[in-house]
Amino acid sequence: MPTLVSHPEEVRIVSSRFGQGAAEIDRYLELGGYQSVRKAIDQGPDWIIAQMKASNLRGRGGAGFPTGMKWSFVPKQSAKPKYVLVNGDESEPGTCKDHLIFLHDPHAVIEGTIIAGLAIGAKMGFIYLRGEYRYLLKIMEKAIADAYAKGFLGKGIFGSQFDFEVVSQTGAGAYEVGEESALMESLEGKRGVPRIKPPFPAVVGLYGGPTVINNAETIATVPHIFRIGAEEYAKIGSERNGGTRLFCVSGHAARNGVYELPMGYNLKRLIYEVAGGIRDGRPLKAVVPGGSSTPVLLPNEIDIGLDFDQVGKAGSMLGSGGVVVLDDTVCMVDFALRTIAFYQHESCGWCIPCREGTDWLKKTLTRLHAGAGEMRDIDNVRYLAENMLGRTFCPLGDAAAMPTIAFVKKFRQEFEDHLDGKPCPHARHTVPELAAV
Amino acid sequence: MADVTFTVDGRQLTAPAGTLVIEACRAAGIEIPAFCYYPGLSLQAACRMCLVRIEKMPKLQTACTTPVGEGMVIATETDEIKQARKSMLELLLANHPLDCPVCDAGGECELQDMTFKYGAGGSKFTDIKNHRDEQQWSPVVFFDRPRCILCYRCVRVCNEGMDVAALGIQFRNSGAVIAPNDITSLDCEQCGMCIDLCPVGALTSDTYRYKTRPWELTHVGTICTHCGDGCKTTLGARREENGMQIVRGDNRDKSGMNGDFLCVKGRYAFDFANNPERLTQPLVRQPDGKLAPARWEDAIALVARRFREIREERGGAAMGVIGSTRITNEEAYLLQKFARGPLQTANIDHHRTTDYPGFVKALGGETAHFGSIADALTAPAILLVGGDPTEEHPLLAWNLRTNFRHNGSRIYIANHRAIKLEHQAKATLRISYGGYADLVRSLAASDDASLPAETAHFRDALRAEQNLLIVFGAELRGDAIAPLIQFGLSLPAAKFACLGDFANSRGAMDMGLHPAFTPGYQAVSTVGLSLPQMMDAAGRNELAALYVVGDDPVGRLGLAPESLRNTFLVVQDMFLTATAQVADVVLPSASLYEKSGTVTNTYGDLQPVKKAADTTGVRSDLELIIRIADQMGEDIRALVPFGRGERGDMGQSRGVQSGEADRHAVWLAAHNLEPKLSPFDPDALLDEIQRLVPGYDVDRFALMAGEPQPVRVAAGSNFPVSTGSESIQPANDTLFTSGTLGQYSEKLTEVNRFQAEKTLVAAG
Ligand SMILES: Cc1cc2nc3c(=O)[nH]c(=O)nc-3n(C[C@H](O)[C@H](O)[C@H](O)COP(=O)(O)O)c2cc1C
Ligand code: SF4
Ligand code: SF4
Ligand code: SF4
Ligand code: FES
Repeated sequence: MPTLVSHPEEVRIVSSRFGQGAAEIDRYLELGGYQSVRKAIDQGPDWIIAQMKASNLRGRGGAGFPTGMKWSFVPKQSAKPKYVLVNGDESEPGTCKDHLIFLHDPHAVIEGTIIAGLAIGAKMGFIYLRGEYRYLLKIMEKAIADAYAKGFLGKGIFGSQFDFEVVSQTGAGAYEVGEESALMESLEGKRGVPRIKPPFPAVVGLYGGPTVINNAETIATVPHIFRIGAEEYAKIGSERNGGTRLFCVSGHAARNGVYELPMGYNLKRLIYEVAGGIRDGRPLKAVVPGGSSTPVLLPNEIDIGLDFDQVGKAGSMLGSGGVVVLDDTVCMVDFALRTIAFYQHESCGWCIPCREGTDWLKKTLTRLHAGAGEMRDIDNVRYLAENMLGRTFCPLGDAAAMPTIAFVKKFRQEFEDHLDGKPCPHARHTVPELAAV
Repeated sequence: MADVTFTVDGRQLTAPAGTLVIEACRAAGIEIPAFCYYPGLSLQAACRMCLVRIEKMPKLQTACTTPVGEGMVIATETDEIKQARKSMLELLLANHPLDCPVCDAGGECELQDMTFKYGAGGSKFTDIKNHRDEQQWSPVVFFDRPRCILCYRCVRVCNEGMDVAALGIQFRNSGAVIAPNDITSLDCEQCGMCIDLCPVGALTSDTYRYKTRPWELTHVGTICTHCGDGCKTTLGARREENGMQIVRGDNRDKSGMNGDFLCVKGRYAFDFANNPERLTQPLVRQPDGKLAPARWEDAIALVARRFREIREERGGAAMGVIGSTRITNEEAYLLQKFARGPLQTANIDHHRTTDYPGFVKALGGETAHFGSIADALTAPAILLVGGDPTEEHPLLAWNLRTNFRHNGSRIYIANHRAIKLEHQAKATLRISYGGYADLVRSLAASDDASLPAETAHFRDALRAEQNLLIVFGAELRGDAIAPLIQFGLSLPAAKFACLGDFANSRGAMDMGLHPAFTPGYQAVSTVGLSLPQMMDAAGRNELAALYVVGDDPVGRLGLAPESLRNTFLVVQDMFLTATAQVADVVLPSASLYEKSGTVTNTYGDLQPVKKAADTTGVRSDLELIIRIADQMGEDIRALVPFGRGERGDMGQSRGVQSGEADRHAVWLAAHNLEPKLSPFDPDALLDEIQRLVPGYDVDRFALMAGEPQPVRVAAGSNFPVSTGSESIQPANDTLFTSGTLGQYSEKLTEVNRFQAEKTLVAAG
């Protein structure tokens, strides 16, 4: 079990039960669990959605879509069954928070799933774990079984007239199935390739029924909102960005780990105070603020608040909350190659620009990094990325293109330094391991 | 749906709501490049070639998935879009082998065309391209991954169009690859639709691979010679030392009534024409009992002399004529005219595979109720009684599946065996092999309480249908047909079609290759011998002469060769069939691909066939009949109306009626047609068929333009009580067989063996 870190400035809501043995249902109950869902049953769907809207909770999966609004898009009447789908595919390099939730607080996910189901009128929820999280499936399955045993799942949950079923499932190991429509394909037993949108999942989703898809952290946050109260929760964060978020610090910070901080918390402070600064007191070279798909920030760009709007204004994205700290030992060409190698490997291959673009980015960067590049290769890298951007079938292509463009833009000199035939002048150290579980 | 108004590149357009931008643009003549979009197949949005800018949308949008909206402002020609298209092509070409100089698709490749039009002539990339070796998936299908652009057309046409699902996608990223679901080879209908739809040269066929360049071929669109559905197939032929040889069959311009479709036979089974066993010299039996090559003049003179002698000595009743299901209407018409005229015999027949006369008789004068193959694409409901379209009528099966997919048509199936179309059926009724007559009787009967519940349900559902297309196979014949027609006519607007087996089975019958009917189902006063009766008569030494044009009764019926020993047997054929082997004279004839004329498919759609190839040394059946008649001293003008003062009749008058010549001339003038100058011009006979055969007076102009013309034959008066249905013998062909002819197609034989082995392996 990975060691948990902590810092006095943390505001522990989602992580409040981490390390407390809450995977056991009785302990979860002792810690106040399954109270929110009872409240939700009593108050009904309209109230739930109103509260969710008031909480200003925005999706923790990466795009930051307001959760209450997403739930309100589901039609009240539907010929086909509705579903709740929990996205636990967590595969964006630099991100390792959902993992902790499944490990330490699986009942929060179940409770959040039931509340989402009550809100939209679904009778079934699916909890989908990343293929490589197979070992967490046991924990999740035990939690589900315990909830059934207590009558929290199944027919007439909590003695009410509501029925609700929950099933958990793993993927076969593909980043792309974290994309919501590919996730549904995968769950239906098909090839993990995204669907054409519209229709959006809220209207036509899993097995053709209206479906709410939320990130595991988003769902695990839901019971806490009803525990603290939506207004209170909203107040913790910044404007239009309610509550807290789990930030996953990795790379060359002195104290890597997952910290829960209010939305809008200063990035520089996160690195230098909370995570203890750079290891060995080395100079900071760059920060990837929200998982490997987000454009890199220079040290002079990190004095910003960590919420969807402020990071966006700084030219990057809050993304999945994976903060990757890079010190001066890092070769940025190597880092770009490393990033692209991931997206190339994970491209589902469906559409031309992503399939071929990532392939040629990887080929070009590999040669460039090895010292066999030419000036036009640097232009080609940028050309490829710019011609992928916004034109692929799903956002994975953008996820590969956006950071690449930033690497070339912000570190062009380093790319040019590789051209004189000497392999990687910066390779004093290798690229840090990204947070990987 | 209501129309919406929108603008494209500043032009204001309207289209029905729901129309995809790509279709709306195409309809207005604005080209949107596309690889993965294919009309009729599911949407993919994978190739990203069709990106357009739509105002108020943050990103470029795919024209292939976005429906037009009221007030939408669309741009397709901006620099941004040009660059998007160009970069998409650059990316596609980066891993592409660019082996255009040797690629089968070279010159006919959508990737070449797009690159030519939208740029990406130079390459930015220098790294090594990804490679995979070429694979053979079946006797006909090869796959070359490096050329594949992953448009998924092949996968979709196999899943959706064919309902076969033999293809899938393996792996991901640039390692993604189209692969057979059967791992290394294709277990499928071998139709080659995947090859046909492949926009590049990734899927190629064994018959054409690395053989030639498309621009070295002459391409002729004609009608497939195999089953009774009448698909248009485009034959590519090349000059070889022994004539114009067909090297390729495909569906090049998709302009036929078969739309996108061709089956394995229409695509590959043209190779019988190039079979080395093809006869190219007349053969005459020598005193030593052996067949030996002879000169054309001598062979024809011999046939003419013996025919004349036998007619004079024994009379026409001692002679017989057997026609073919694969000759043109003009040839069949001429053959029966030759039999009934110069040969003075009523003994004429052909291999009948279904009961067209029974159908025509049952329908009576209700000719508006004839269905066509096009109805199978649009009818909201279809009743299929007997038959197995997937095996025997692949185009019908395709149309029914397409109709089901696009329009949700309701298909009702009554059959004694499980057939694949049941996948699409709304209701299936399993009956016994002998139960067809009972079934249709109970459909037609007023309510019958003793009916099993399942049958009653089936009948009630059918009764609720407003526009039912009723298709029946050879399981129903003779008197059993009438109740089905009666039932159909009791519905608001039913149509009918009857399934027969070969390219011109219907035409052979319509043209009077039948002992009881002259063309157009006009009853004769003296009924001649049927095909089995003629063979029996020959066995009893009662048939002095038999003229077989394009059939192999000996082989097909398994007759003892000696049974024809005392009959002067003349066989016109492409091959030395079992019948030809015992003939006295064998005349090598041209295939349907080597002549022009018309054929009628089993649904009564009349279509032109065009000469696509030739084989040195052979002659068309039309020419041979005329030459024999000429040598016999007959008046050719009485057989074929040509030149000035033409005369003609249908053979029934045994001579020339006075005034015929005038009537023909008047008809020609009224139809804006010129007299034909040569007796060998099939159009001269078509003129007469159009003028005299009931139901065949179709729009000649449209016919020649390649539009199938429906023939609507009404039963003539005094229809005989029996239509002779006892001598019907269905071919029972499968997808991979095609009567006697099919045995001479090496490719079809190979595919048949390949699939048979698959079936054996699957069965353990
Ligand atoms: C390529 C790709 C991968 C994604 N991976 C994940 C993932 O692992 N986990 C996740 O929650 N969302 C992922 N998403 C986002 C989901 O599509 C979806 O927006 C999210 O699950 C919605 O949940 P939220 O509203 O709670 O954020 C991914 C999106 C893309 C395009
Ligand atoms: S951008 Fe295209 S190839 Fe890439 S993962 Fe998405 S759909 Fe697949
Ligand atoms: S083989 Fe041809 S049709 Fe199939 S995906 Fe590749 S390019 Fe498209
Ligand atoms: S369906 Fe019949 S007519 Fe069409 S290609 Fe096949 S055999 Fe020929
Ligand atoms: S044609 Fe639209 S994406 Fe391929």
